[in-house]
Amino acid sequence: MTASEPPHPSDAQAPLLSLVGVTKRFPGVVANDDVSLDVFPGEVHALLGENGAGKSTLISLLSGMQRPDAGYIEVHGAPRQILSPRHALELGIGTVYQHPTLVPTLTVLENLMLGSAWTRRMDIAATRARFDELCRTLGIELPGEAVLGSLSLGQQQYVEIIKALWRGERILILDEATSMLTPKGVEDLGRVIARLRDAGMAILFITHKLTEAVAFGDRVSILKLGRKVGAIAPDELKTLDRDAAVERIVDLMFGSRAEAEVDGPRHQRDIDAGRHPVVIEVENLSAHAAPAETRVEGIFFTVHAGEIFGIAGVDGNGQKQLAEALAGQRAISGGTVRLEGQPIEGLSVPQRQRAGLRYVTDDRLGEGTVGSFPVSLNLLLKRIGESPFWRRGVIRHREVDAHARRLIERHDVRTPGPHTAVGRLSGGNIQKALLARELDNQPIAVVYNKPTYGLDVNNIQLARRAIRERADNGVATILISTDLDEILSLSDRIGVMLGGRLVGIVENDEQAQRRVGELMVGARETAA
Amino acid sequence: MASDGATPAGVGPEASPIARGGLPDWLVRTITALIPVVAALLAGAVVLLLMGRDPVAFYVNVLNRGLFSWLGLQETITRCAPLLLLGASLIVAFRAGLWNLGVDGQFLLAAVIAAALAPVLITVLPVWATLSATMVVAFAVGAVWSLIPALLKAYHGVNEIVTTLMMSFLGISFANVLIKIPFNDPETTVPQTLTLATTNRLPRLFDTTINFGIVIALVAILLVHWVMTRTAFGLRLQVVGANPRAAMHAGLSVPMLTVLTFGLSAGLAGLAGAVEILGVWGNVRADWDPAYGLTIIPLVFLARFNGPAVIGFTFFFAILSIGGESASRRADLPNYFILVLVALILVFMALTEWLGHRRGLARKA
Amino acid sequence: MDALLSAPFLTALIAGAVAAGIPLLLAGLGEQVSEKAGVLNIGIEGMMLMGAYLGFVGAWWTGSLWIGFLFGAAGGLMPAALMALFCVRLGLNQIVIGIALTLGADGITALLHHVQFSRTYPRLPRVDTVAIPGLSDIPVVGEALFNRHPIVYLAVIAVPVIAWVFRRSHVGLNLQAAGDKPAALDAAGVSVVSTRLWAVLFTGVMAGMGGAYMSTVGAGIFIPFMTGGAGFIAIVLAMLARGRPSWVLIGALIFGGSLSLTTALQVGGVNVPTDVVQMLPFAMVMLVLVIFGRRAALPAALGLPYVRGQR
Repeated sequence: MTASEPPHPSDAQAPLLSLVGVTKRFPGVVANDDVSLDVFPGEVHALLGENGAGKSTLISLLSGMQRPDAGYIEVHGAPRQILSPRHALELGIGTVYQHPTLVPTLTVLENLMLGSAWTRRMDIAATRARFDELCRTLGIELPGEAVLGSLSLGQQQYVEIIKALWRGERILILDEATSMLTPKGVEDLGRVIARLRDAGMAILFITHKLTEAVAFGDRVSILKLGRKVGAIAPDELKTLDRDAAVERIVDLMFGSRAEAEVDGPRHQRDIDAGRHPVVIEVENLSAHAAPAETRVEGIFFTVHAGEIFGIAGVDGNGQKQLAEALAGQRAISGGTVRLEGQPIEGLSVPQRQRAGLRYVTDDRLGEGTVGSFPVSLNLLLKRIGESPFWRRGVIRHREVDAHARRLIERHDVRTPGPHTAVGRLSGGNIQKALLARELDNQPIAVVYNKPTYGLDVNNIQLARRAIRERADNGVATILISTDLDEILSLSDRIGVMLGGRLVGIVENDEQAQRRVGELMVGARETAA
Repeated sequence: MASDGATPAGVGPEASPIARGGLPDWLVRTITALIPVVAALLAGAVVLLLMGRDPVAFYVNVLNRGLFSWLGLQETITRCAPLLLLGASLIVAFRAGLWNLGVDGQFLLAAVIAAALAPVLITVLPVWATLSATMVVAFAVGAVWSLIPALLKAYHGVNEIVTTLMMSFLGISFANVLIKIPFNDPETTVPQTLTLATTNRLPRLFDTTINFGIVIALVAILLVHWVMTRTAFGLRLQVVGANPRAAMHAGLSVPMLTVLTFGLSAGLAGLAGAVEILGVWGNVRADWDPAYGLTIIPLVFLARFNGPAVIGFTFFFAILSIGGESASRRADLPNYFILVLVALILVFMALTEWLGHRRGLARKA
Repeated sequence: MDALLSAPFLTALIAGAVAAGIPLLLAGLGEQVSEKAGVLNIGIEGMMLMGAYLGFVGAWWTGSLWIGFLFGAAGGLMPAALMALFCVRLGLNQIVIGIALTLGADGITALLHHVQFSRTYPRLPRVDTVAIPGLSDIPVVGEALFNRHPIVYLAVIAVPVIAWVFRRSHVGLNLQAAGDKPAALDAAGVSVVSTRLWAVLFTGVMAGMGGAYMSTVGAGIFIPFMTGGAGFIAIVLAMLARGRPSWVLIGALIFGGSLSLTTALQVGGVNVPTDVVQMLPFAMVMLVLVIFGRRAALPAALGLPYVRGQR
C-alpha cells in the first residue's frame, strides 16, 4: 500500500462507471452472471478473480468489443450502449489491455500519434506537450523519442496508460497490468495508480493476484465462475491490516460457500512409503529460459506411486518451464530427474514417453494437437512409427483406427468419428483426447499442466475424475494448476512455486488452504 | 469458450489432413477442383474472343492435337514425365509446410550436369549403369542446390521463398555458364553440351515415342504420395508442416526434418531434369529453360497435394501445352496463351477456396 | 587490368548501373511500401511486366514518354488491384496469387505483343535527355549521372520523399503499424485492410513505372518476359533495405551495376560471358542473406492476412 492517504471517496459521490446486473453468455458457459459493480472517482476498485472467472469478458463488455445479454452499463450516471473500442474512448473509458497494443518499432511519441487522419500534418510539438503533461500527471519520466521496443516492459506499460488517458479519459481500466512487470515495476506502477486516483480518476484494477488487489485497491470485489461472490467496501478494508485483508479475501474466494459444487469431497490418501515407492525424484533441477521467461532453479521434490503432488502458484511463476523440463521439451541446465530410480534428464521426449512419463500440456491447440489432423492420428502424435500402429514405418490403419475407437470410447471423446479433424472438436473434447493420449499405454508418472483450464463445469469434473482414477491405480501424478480449489480437492501434498522456485511443500490438511495461500503470495516460507 | 479449430493461417501451404470424415468427400473435392479449371477455360475463351479468335476452334484444336491424335498423345505422355517428377517434388515440400519455389533452378542445373555426365559415363559403363548413375547424380545436384536455403531456414529462420527463388535464378545462370564454358561441345556452333546418342537414352516403351521416363515419374509420384500419407516418416513431415510447435512437443527434430525435406524435394526436381535430358533431348542447349516449375505449382495446389490428383491435373496440363502449341500456331498466337490459362486457374482456385471457406464458416455458426 | 580503370569503362559502368538500376529503384521503393505494411508482394514481377508493356504501348501510340509512364503506372495498377482484392480484402494466399499474377502477366503481355507487334517490331526513338548544367560536364561521371531522362531524376527524388513519408507522416506510421502490429493500428481506429490496400496499389504504380522505364527509356522496345526476374530482385532489395529508402537506392545501383557489368567490361575490352555476370546480383543476395540472414528484418506480420481478434 502506498503511503499517501487517499482523499476519502464518499459513497454519496456518484460512480463514474457502473455495471448493473450484467450477464453475458457464450455457448455452454455463463461468462458473467448478474454482475453489478460501481467505480467511483478518486477510488481504485480492485476486481479479483482466478483465470476463467469472467474478467476478460467483463473487459470486452466495458471496452465495447461485446455487448451484454442482460443488464446494462452506466457511464457518468446514464445507461450507455458501448458500441466499439473507439466509442468507449469517446465515452471517456480508457483501457490498458493485458496484451500490449503498441507498435514496438515506432517511437513513444509516434505510437501516441497513431490513429489520426492520414491527411493531418504530424504535429509533434503538440503531441510532445500533451505527452509531457500526462507524464507529469503520472509523476514519471519517459523518453518520448525512444523506440518503444527499447523500453522496459514497465515503461511500455506507462505508455499504454498515457495512451488510454490521451483524450482526457477519466475512467481507467487496467487489465492484469502487472503481469509482465518486475516487483520493482509493480511498486512503481502502484505509485502511478495512486497519483491518478488522487487526481480524481475512477480506476478499475483487474487482477488475479490477491496481494495486488489488497495493495492497490480501495475497494475489492471478487469474481468467481462469472459471479460476484463478495466485496469489501473501502470503510471495511481500511480497518483491516494486510494479513487480515488477505485472509478475508481468501475466505470469500475459497470459503465453504464456494466449494463443493465443482469438486467432490477433499480426497487425501495415506501415502505409505512401503506400499508406494518413490517414482519421481527431482533434485536441484534448473532449466534454460529465454530472456523474458521465468527461470526455474533449484527445484527439489519427490512423488510416490499413487500420489498426487499439486503445484500451486500464481500463473507465470515457472510452472510451464518446470513442466517442459520434466517432459523433455526444454533443455535442463542442471540437476537430476529420476524416474523409478533411473536418471532421465538426458532422454528425448519420445524416450521419456516410452519410459512412462507423460505430459498433458495446457496449450491444447497450440502444441498439444495438430488441429487439421484427424483425431486418430492426434491420439498417436507422440508415438509416430511405433508398433503395432506402424510396421516397418508403414501405417496400419486398422490398428490406428481401432486404437482411436478404443480411446474415444473409454474417455468419452465426443467426435463424429476417429477421422474428424481434432480442431473441429470443442475444447472439452480436445482435452479428453489429450488425456486419452497421455494416459494410454501404462503411464507411470503424469505431469498435468492446468488440465481444466478453459473447460466448462461438466468437463472440469470429468477431467478431475480421470486424474484421480489414474492416481488411484498407482500413477505418480504432478498436477500444476493456478486453480487453488482444484489443487486442494485433488492433491495429497502441495508445492508452491514463486519466481521460478518451489518455495514450500505442505501436506493437504485442514491448514493447507491458508498456508498455500500465504506461500503463493510470498508471505511466509514453510519447510515441508 | 470452445476454441475454433481454424487451419493455421499464414504464408505456408495449408495443411491437408490425411483423411476426413464424410462419405462423398472425394466427389466434393473433385468438383471443387474442377470448378476453377472450367471457369478458367471459360474466361480464356473470352480472352480469345477479345482477340478475334474462335475459342471453340481453339479448344477443339487443342484436344485434337494433344489427346486425340496418336502422335500428339505420345508427346503429351512424354511431357508428363518431368512435370510429374516436379509435382512429386512440390508435394514433399508443400506437405511439410515449406515453399520450395526454386525447382526451376534445381531442374536445369541437374539437367545440365546430367547432360554433361552421361556421354562421358557411357564410354566406360553399360547403358543401364550410365542412366542410373546419372539420375543419382542429378538427384544429388538438385539436393545440394537447396542446401543453403534449407540451412538458412532450419537454423536462422530465413524465409525460404526469397532464398529458393534467388537460388533458382542463380542456378539457371550457372547452368548456362556450365554449358558455354566447361561442358561446351566444341563440334557445334550453338553452345550446347555433348549429346547422348539416341540408342543410349532411356528406352522407348513398346513401339511408341514415349520413353521410360514416364514410368519413373509415375512410380516416383505414387511413391511420394504413399510415403507422405502412409509412412511414419511422411507423417512426421506433415506434423512439422501443419504445426511446428506440436512437432517440438512430440519430440521431433524440426531443423533436421526441414533440411531433409528440402533435400528430397530438390532432389526430385533434379531427377526431373535428368529424365527430361536422358529421355527426350540428349543434350542441353544454351538458354534452354522450359520453366516447368512455376506452372506446375498451381496444379499441385489444385490437387491439394494429393499424388493421384496431381497425375490427373498434369495430364490435363500436358494436353493443354502440347495441344496448345499446335492450336496457337493455327490461331496465329504465341504459345503463351497457356500461361494465361494457368494464371486464371490459380485465381479461380483461390476464389473457390475462399467461397468454400466462407460457406464452411457459415455452416459452423 | 588497366582497361578496367579507363574512363570509357567507368562511364559505361555507371551509365549502365543507372539504366538498369532505375527500374529496380522504382519497383524496390514500391515493394518496400508493401512490405512495410505487411504484404509480401510476389506479384511485383507481373506488375513490372504489365507496366513495361502498357508503358511501351502508351509511348508508342502517343509519342510521349510521359504518357507512356502514365500507361505504365496503370499497367502496374491492374494486377495490383487484383492482388489487393484477393490477398488484402479476401485474405487469400499471397504467394499463390502472386505467382498467378506473374504468370498471367507473362502470358497476357506476350500474347498482346504478338497480336499487335509481331510483324512490325516497332522501336521508340532515342529519348531526349536533360543535362544538368555544370554537373553533366564532370568527366567520367557527369555524362552517366547528370545527362538523363527527367524520370531518372524524379525516381531519385522519390527516395527522400518516401523516406520523409515513412518517418514524418501519419501515412508512414500507419504503414509501419500495419506491418509490425496490425492489432495496434486496429485499436487506434485505423483500418488495417485499407492501409494495406493502398500500399499494394502504390506498389503497383511504382512497379508499373519501373517496368515502363525498362521498355521505353531503357530498351525502346517491348520484349516478352523482358523483366527477367527484376521484380524478384526488387523484393530482396526492399527486404534487405529494412525500411530505409536510401538503402534501396544504393542497392539498386549496385545491382544495376552488376547487371550492366558485361557491357561495361566489353567496352573496357574484357570479354566475360553474360551468364557469369548475370549470376552476380543473385549471388550477392545469397551472400548477404548468409551473412546477415539471422537478422534479415521483415515486418512481424508479413504475409499474414489480418483477422481482427487473432494475435
